[in-house]
Amino acid sequence: MARALSAGAVARPSRLELPNRAHSVLDLIGHTPLVDITAAGVGLSPRVRLYAKLEGFNPGGSVKDRPALWMIRHGLASGALGPGKEILDSTSGNTGIALALIGAVLGYPVTLVLPDNVSRERKKIINAFGAKMIFSSGLEGSDGAIRLCRRIMEEHPERYFKPDQYFNPVNPLAHYESTGPEIWEATQGAVTHFVAGIGTGGTVMGTGRYLKERNPAIQVIAAEPDDALHGLEGLKHMASSIVPGVYHEEELDRKVPVATEAAYEFVYRLGSRHGLVVGQSSGAALCAALEVARELDEGVVVIIFPDFGDRYLSTNLWYGWSEWLQKQHGA
Amino acid sequence: MSVHVRIPTPLRRFTGGQEEVGASGATVGGIVDDLERQFPGMKERLCDADGNVRRFVNIYLNGDDIRFLSNLETGVKDGDELSIVPAIAGG
Repeated sequence: MARALSAGAVARPSRLELPNRAHSVLDLIGHTPLVDITAAGVGLSPRVRLYAKLEGFNPGGSVKDRPALWMIRHGLASGALGPGKEILDSTSGNTGIALALIGAVLGYPVTLVLPDNVSRERKKIINAFGAKMIFSSGLEGSDGAIRLCRRIMEEHPERYFKPDQYFNPVNPLAHYESTGPEIWEATQGAVTHFVAGIGTGGTVMGTGRYLKERNPAIQVIAAEPDDALHGLEGLKHMASSIVPGVYHEEELDRKVPVATEAAYEFVYRLGSRHGLVVGQSSGAALCAALEVARELDEGVVVIIFPDFGDRYLSTNLWYGWSEWLQKQHGA
Repeated sequence: MSVHVRIPTPLRRFTGGQEEVGASGATVGGIVDDLERQFPGMKERLCDADGNVRRFVNIYLNGDDIRFLSNLETGVKDGDELSIVPAIAGG
């Protein structure tokens, strides 16, 4: 009997089935956790709660995994992306990492156009996924990358599939179909305010649309750099930028301008007091959320933290850190 | 000393759209002061209330970050190139 079983096992090996196994790393995109960060707020009503949605838990390390996956899937479904094509897009970094990851999994070559001053960590991560990078002038910012990418696409339209995150409605759709429902479910419909920074506008637009459909009273608030010259990597100052086609300001209830220095201080506080080392755009979102939350008597404020801070350790974000810490100890 | 200063997109509203301007001074700080004389409002964008370069602004002299030279005290020579590079915007 034992021999027969053994022979059978050799002839037809049973597949190892693990209950929590993901079939692909792409299945791990989304379903990020909410964490209570009410303690990061000072001067709030005791009936106000703050929750951060930690998008750094996505396998590509940022919120951008969602729109990248949706845009690639949509490209495959529509036939715009297929065998022989390469994926091309311009990005300030996180979308590039997401596209590079997805391209690696699906077997499509990826070419990314980035400003040459994008952080070293980002370049190395993109390299690790095997994607090719073309650099535009850092002086021109992400708009320079957008323009260079358009020229490359115009020269070889047959070669590339361009997800076009700034103008592709599937970008906000990703958030309408994933981020929005996740927040609604995680808060059991109690969310009253949603706060996110504006990069392409995809997160705040798509998530905001879903939440307002569920409850029109939910306030959708965008955090924006307070000046054209800012240090909030990943965020856009709309008045001085190429305005993304996916961004519709009229759908926002409010925009809160955030000073770079204030956002950086919130990043320092989150790391040293709350155990969350995040990127500067998370600090900006928290800064904006607190401005809103301080006006409330009661509410559940959900804030998007787009990524963790490990990909910014070599950037300007940490130049003033030791002075800040000394000041805190001196105070 | 006269140097070429490369201006990033977000600051070109001060320079009437010019991508490169000339400025004079003996140090990077002197160049910044001359930029302010020529294009009022510029210094406030580059430096904080204490006169230090804002931490999110990078100034490169001939490709080298002035933070690793002598900051605003870094001396300049005729024909040097100064680049002002901001952080990266979204997406």
